[in-house]
Amino acid sequence: MKKIQIKIDGKKILCNPEQSVLQVAIDNKIDIPHFCYHEDLPIDAHCRACLVEVNKKVVTSCNLKVESGLSVLTDSPKVRKLRNENLELLLADHKKLCKNCKVGYYCKTAALMRKYRISGTKYHRKPINKPVHKLGCAAEFDPQACISCGKCVEMCEKIGIGFLKLEGKGADSHLTYNCDPEVDCIYCGQCTVHCPVAAVHEQNEIKDVEAALRDKDKIVIAQMAPSVRASIGEEFGLEPGSNMEAQMYTALRKLGFDYIFDVNMGADITTYVEATELAERIKKGGVLPMFTSCCPGWVKYAEFYHPEILPNLTTSRSPQIHSGGAYKTWWAKKMKIKPKKIVVVSFMPCTSKKYEAKFEKLKIKGMFPVDHVLTTRETASLLKKRKIDLPNLEPGKVDSYGEYSGAAAIYGASGGVMESALRSAYFFITGKELKEVKFKEVRGMKYVKEAKIRIGRKVINVAVCAMAKNAGNLIEEVKKHPNKYHYIEVMACPGGCIGGGGQPIPSTERIIAERIKALYKIDNKCKVRKAHLNPVVQDFFDNYIAKISKRKASKILHTSYKKKKKFE
Amino acid sequence: MNNIIDKIEEANLIGRGGAGFPTARKWRMVKEAEGSPKYVVSNASEGELGLHKDIHILKKYPEMVFKGMVLAMDYIGTKEAYFNFNEKYYLLVKWKIRRLIKKYNKLGYNFTVYQEHPSYIGGEETALLNAIEGKKVQPRSKPPYPVVCGLFCKPTIINNIETFFNVAQVAEGKYEKKRFCCINGPVRKPGVYHVPEDMKLDEVLKSTKNWPKFKFFVQVGGSSSGPVYHYNQLHKQILSGAGSLEVYPATTTPREILTKWFKFYAEESCGKCTPCREGSYQLYELIKKSGAIKWKEIMQIVETMEKTSFCGLGYSIGKPVKSYLKNVLKKKI
Repeated sequence: MKKIQIKIDGKKILCNPEQSVLQVAIDNKIDIPHFCYHEDLPIDAHCRACLVEVNKKVVTSCNLKVESGLSVLTDSPKVRKLRNENLELLLADHKKLCKNCKVGYYCKTAALMRKYRISGTKYHRKPINKPVHKLGCAAEFDPQACISCGKCVEMCEKIGIGFLKLEGKGADSHLTYNCDPEVDCIYCGQCTVHCPVAAVHEQNEIKDVEAALRDKDKIVIAQMAPSVRASIGEEFGLEPGSNMEAQMYTALRKLGFDYIFDVNMGADITTYVEATELAERIKKGGVLPMFTSCCPGWVKYAEFYHPEILPNLTTSRSPQIHSGGAYKTWWAKKMKIKPKKIVVVSFMPCTSKKYEAKFEKLKIKGMFPVDHVLTTRETASLLKKRKIDLPNLEPGKVDSYGEYSGAAAIYGASGGVMESALRSAYFFITGKELKEVKFKEVRGMKYVKEAKIRIGRKVINVAVCAMAKNAGNLIEEVKKHPNKYHYIEVMACPGGCIGGGGQPIPSTERIIAERIKALYKIDNKCKVRKAHLNPVVQDFFDNYIAKISKRKASKILHTSYKKKKKFE
Repeated sequence: MNNIIDKIEEANLIGRGGAGFPTARKWRMVKEAEGSPKYVVSNASEGELGLHKDIHILKKYPEMVFKGMVLAMDYIGTKEAYFNFNEKYYLLVKWKIRRLIKKYNKLGYNFTVYQEHPSYIGGEETALLNAIEGKKVQPRSKPPYPVVCGLFCKPTIINNIETFFNVAQVAEGKYEKKRFCCINGPVRKPGVYHVPEDMKLDEVLKSTKNWPKFKFFVQVGGSSSGPVYHYNQLHKQILSGAGSLEVYPATTTPREILTKWFKFYAEESCGKCTPCREGSYQLYELIKKSGAIKWKEIMQIVETMEKTSFCGLGYSIGKPVKSYLKNVLKKKI
């Protein structure tokens, strides 16, 4: 496509003729405040913050298409006056209402207010008089703090749920939820990662983690999900796709964690368990297609909307639960530590992982495998609060029981779980090791991917899908053609966990694609690329799981599902 | 009736909903646009203060409205029309309307009645389309305009009741360049009058025997969004906007009139954009506070609403407030 030239504040910029001025500014790191613009969602043009001056007229830049020779000013006196008034109106009482500002955590909106000299006290919001609504134990929203930008509602719709909605006329406009008993939240948290003012946010557990770290009786374990290392740099101003793994290991040690492990190790256990089950279902004629179950948002979707599909879900637990459980049993025994003294903290790109961690059914000897879950954003808040400058830390190493294979590293990307499972299932079915480990057909940002995979003499049909809406379509397809697929991976969020609800803001499909590249780079660099060849996992299975009773082993490795009611 | 469009053009008909868009141009654009079925929508929302001419026409000349709509349907080649009613209005005229719908049904025309909860934003045509489609009653981004992507994203003619009435008059050769005028306020004979469209406002008041004996000022075109004139300016002004003429005694205080306007905007803002949603609320809060009127603060919000609102509802607020300051209070802020 032929590029055209425009001027922003006198600076010549080449851009794509389809773009809006705001998008060009974002791509060129020119700051124009905006609250209701997200490049993957419809342009609403209603926050009226992204004002620019064109030919002496002030207009919004989000819906201003570029044209050759266009010249805009982003900070002229006219723009400043009108923009600042709109920001005062929009952000009235922000500091009193924002969950981050209230407790002194870093807040992007507060930083913007400082930059543009917005007091937030010139006006006061109309009282809405509605309580904070809890989305399970994953997230929550405060109708009073909502600025009616509508992004969460659009995203909830795009995911395929339609749980959130805006209600009320004029200044009464606020966020609320759908009362239809057939519609429920799946806790994916996409609302939280699309809220510009944290009116919808994860249920914060930073204080619980800090308390555990202070408690001298506790042995506190940190385990980081595959996706967090590829995104947390964004919170510190780095480009999307910067791998912060080694710096994170150091940062977690600085925070005072006693052991630094990795959810990636858990992902290798999950692959091991899941690939074993897949091989068995295929060999012995079990229920097919088998669906993955490591995404609790997807599992909640299946349990609420499609209970008929539950026998198809793998009984394997998810990575954080596997590693948490392994550390509280096998590792604790090895180290001669009382399991009750162990506190496992997961760092996840996800809000529904908070919900999953509190499942009673997952308890082992009365203990939750994971005690606390912090999202990527909470993790960054905690680091900033403790003045830990992540990008400039010395690289650190994971403690030896957190080592992982390349198969685990790619768990964060849509298609990654599938690829990991196939690498091991190949071995479990044929007894031979796979030579070429890459399954490129299941990689990438497409919402639905299909592939035929040859395993020995057999061809298995697989599908990978992201977002509940597409899962719903796939389930219908499975009902119509029960033999069409053997194995299906589902993730609730766009791009998989890497685009999860707990990730840094903004999270766009272009940013997610960059983060994904970082994950595949980690895989490429790993010496061990298959879960069942990870020596830590081999040790766990050969020297622990094999020696305990099947019932006990199952309590650590497997789970079950049931139909769920609204709000359950 | 092939030459209806030429007749409308010759008569220089413009829309009577308030914006004054040339009717023939709108109809031609819909005829030329791709898409099927096309739609005709008549709007009897009248959410603006001081207006009641639509219900007057619907009560007195419902046949003419139907005739105008059918002419539009024939011209763009559709059998589908929607009637948007302010729900209060529908109660008053539903028997007549149902009878006419039946009559035209037999001729193959389909009319669907939509009853809206009375609101000002319902007068914004894209918000009205959203309402009929069952979506949140908020204006859409334009472009695309309804002539290309209207109801269910099909090319759509949306006209006010009076516009369709005028079309029927044009077709019958009876159009005399008149428009309906709603006269309100403490006058002798408030009501709806059919007056020449270029008649000066002092003439309108005098010829209807409504010229007050007291000193006064007026608001023209809509009693929330229309401009304000002193009585000695009326010999230069004609009826504008949606056709209302409200008389206020000169004793009306600034607080009274601002309270009326700001309350209306705060209650009628749909909530979509920041300046209108939050600004109208803050204006009403400011005027409710006792003590001297905070003109500077008020004008800062008014200007922001006027220059940055998403739709006409928000940016119309500048007109009454600024003209009132200039023409009546003779004040500069």
